[in-house]
Amino acid sequence: MNVRQLVSPWSAGAGAAMPIERRRALPKLPNWAVSWLQVGPLAAILLVLFVLPTVLFLVVSFFDYDRVGIYPAFLLDNYAELLTTPATLRVYVSSLKFAAIVWALTLVIGFSVAHFLVFHVRSPILRTIFFLLCAIPFWTSGIIRTIAWIPFLGRNGAFNQILMATGITDRPLEFLLFSDFAVIVTYVHLFTLLMIGPIANSLAKIDPALIEAARDAGASRWQTLVGVIIPLSKTGIALGSILVFTQVMGDYFVVKTMSGGQSASIVSMLSTEIQAMQYPPAAANAMVLVVFVAVMVGFMMRVVDVRKELVK
Amino acid sequence: MPKRTRGLTRRGLLQAGAAAIGAAGGSGAITGFPTIWAQNIKDVVLRHAGPPVTAIPAIAEQATKDLGFTVQMQAVENADLLNRFLSQSSTIDCADVSLVYMRYIIGRNVLQAIPLAKVKYWDQTIPLFTKGEYPDGRKAPQQGITPTMILYATDATGQKVTDGKQTEWLTAVPTVTNGDTLGIRPDLVGQKVDSWADLLSPAFKGKAAVQDNPTIGIIDVAMALEAAGRVKYGNKGNMTKAEIDKTVDSMLEIKKSGQFRSFWTTFDQSVNLMASGEVVIQSMWSPAVAAVRSRGIPCTFQPLKEGYRGWGYTLGAMKHVDGLKRDCFYEYMNWYTGGFEGAFIARQGYYAAQPENARKFLTPAEWDYWYGGKPAATDIYSPFGKLMEKAGNVRDGGSFWERLGNIAVWNSVMDEDRYLTRRWNEFVTS
Repeated sequence: MNVRQLVSPWSAGAGAAMPIERRRALPKLPNWAVSWLQVGPLAAILLVLFVLPTVLFLVVSFFDYDRVGIYPAFLLDNYAELLTTPATLRVYVSSLKFAAIVWALTLVIGFSVAHFLVFHVRSPILRTIFFLLCAIPFWTSGIIRTIAWIPFLGRNGAFNQILMATGITDRPLEFLLFSDFAVIVTYVHLFTLLMIGPIANSLAKIDPALIEAARDAGASRWQTLVGVIIPLSKTGIALGSILVFTQVMGDYFVVKTMSGGQSASIVSMLSTEIQAMQYPPAAANAMVLVVFVAVMVGFMMRVVDVRKELVK
Repeated sequence: MPKRTRGLTRRGLLQAGAAAIGAAGGSGAITGFPTIWAQNIKDVVLRHAGPPVTAIPAIAEQATKDLGFTVQMQAVENADLLNRFLSQSSTIDCADVSLVYMRYIIGRNVLQAIPLAKVKYWDQTIPLFTKGEYPDGRKAPQQGITPTMILYATDATGQKVTDGKQTEWLTAVPTVTNGDTLGIRPDLVGQKVDSWADLLSPAFKGKAAVQDNPTIGIIDVAMALEAAGRVKYGNKGNMTKAEIDKTVDSMLEIKKSGQFRSFWTTFDQSVNLMASGEVVIQSMWSPAVAAVRSRGIPCTFQPLKEGYRGWGYTLGAMKHVDGLKRDCFYEYMNWYTGGFEGAFIARQGYYAAQPENARKFLTPAEWDYWYGGKPAATDIYSPFGKLMEKAGNVRDGGSFWERLGNIAVWNSVMDEDRYLTRRWNEFVTS
């Protein structure tokens, strides 16, 4: 009895093997079909949520409009007006300036933090705790983390009060809030984690033997960093850069809030048009932004072949 | 009445909604509404969409209680609301439409006309809305989008309006109005402020703010520029291209000089700018001033000699509303303008277009404070029970007609709005 009972699950297992046999009997799918099935779900999502809306934008961006409605047409006016107004150039230059400064700052800070976490923190528990410390602020919304800077940096804010109480300044520093400075501080605060993550990931993949070998070969710490670690982490750097760059270029809320509307971003220009119910120029604006960012990201991808590196 | 309510409460235990039906009968009895048979209307749901300042759930709750059918309130902001009217009007039944949004909506098959005969409180509606006149017969200034520009439909379809001539058809009924001016911090300005020109005064360099909104922001700046004698306008609410250019060019110059500390987009931002002292003078809304004051910080909605920038809301019925639902809408419309709603929003500093009805729902002390411009006889509370003003305080700007009798320009969307948006973006990005 006992034996039978012990055996029975096995026999059931044998029965379960049957469908596998049957599945094997299915004709083998050709390779192209397998590829399509693998790509299919993501392709479907991108098609519905990205390609279709973008095509719609593209179509509408050529439409005519007035206060009352939009009218199907094929006009280049929206693009002509967009590309000839001085505001467009200004706003792209200003967004690129923000992107460059924020990119440089988040890269240095993000790389340093990642380097510290991966190479200097030996205990895995401690490392997990430090990673959590980096990530916990991101459990609240970006909007809250942005607004939180306002009472800190304001004219009568905490920072100015500290400065005046310690006698470092005798009057509040006005440039701290509603300025480019405030925008950059907030961006760096919001986006540094986007650098830390990918860079730490690629640093963790570096074989410690390589660093040991570099040291044995007489390389200084600096030489090891520049000659071994940075080249091996460029995938992470590129991914982080793309994340930070696209975030800054597509931002609306931070610039508007932290500059007090003194600076504008590409999207805030677009938002003014949407608030005025002027959809065709807003669509044209969006198309130009998409193309611009795509070209910039394409350029970054050329510098580092992220796909090739990820496969490694 | 109490006896009746008691009887109905018992029924309410048997079936949810029954109490509401009974209350409808009850309120019909008090106010004399033509009562629709309660059994038919109990399943009617009227979806009301409007901006957060007027689409307040507590008002819908009271309406549901009084009328016997359900009123749902949906609050949506700015362009999203307008977009909703234009592209999804079948998902709502009636709407708070500002005079400005009326300009976008008329002719687009969104609203139906309302027969004047169905409007119970037409005679109580202020002449500023019905005739474009003050009670003393003076003609009100015609800058911006005035009520009479959008109120009278030429026929039952409601898709065309007259140039102010009265007809038997309304595009919507007037509900709420006010005049906006500059808010100041009296403790920090350090000088007398009595003109829009002060917004641009060098004394407030780095301490002024305006709304980041091309249609309203530019009017505030135009008021200031005209008051300072820098630009002359034909109609500040409908500028020519040349006037837009002159205004925006001046604004670019003023911005470069560092006059503006910030530009605000939301109610909260305007409150925080003022409360924190970042800004001491800015364009503001009445409840925002009240919000600053309720924190114990002095803030004045300063009357200025050039007058106020007026605005108004109306209640309209969506095209698809018909039959029993339309009857319910008329009931609701007459309830809405009947005083409860007017009193409710009066307590946050706005005016009803039918002030005498609102008076019925206000205490004499509240009426005297909010409408009469007299010192508060008792402490004044917000509709949500928060202390707004201590006894003895006087409302800024005085009585109802001292304010609304001095509207210099109405909120607007200009004929050249396409050009204005472009130039405004230039200003914002500079």
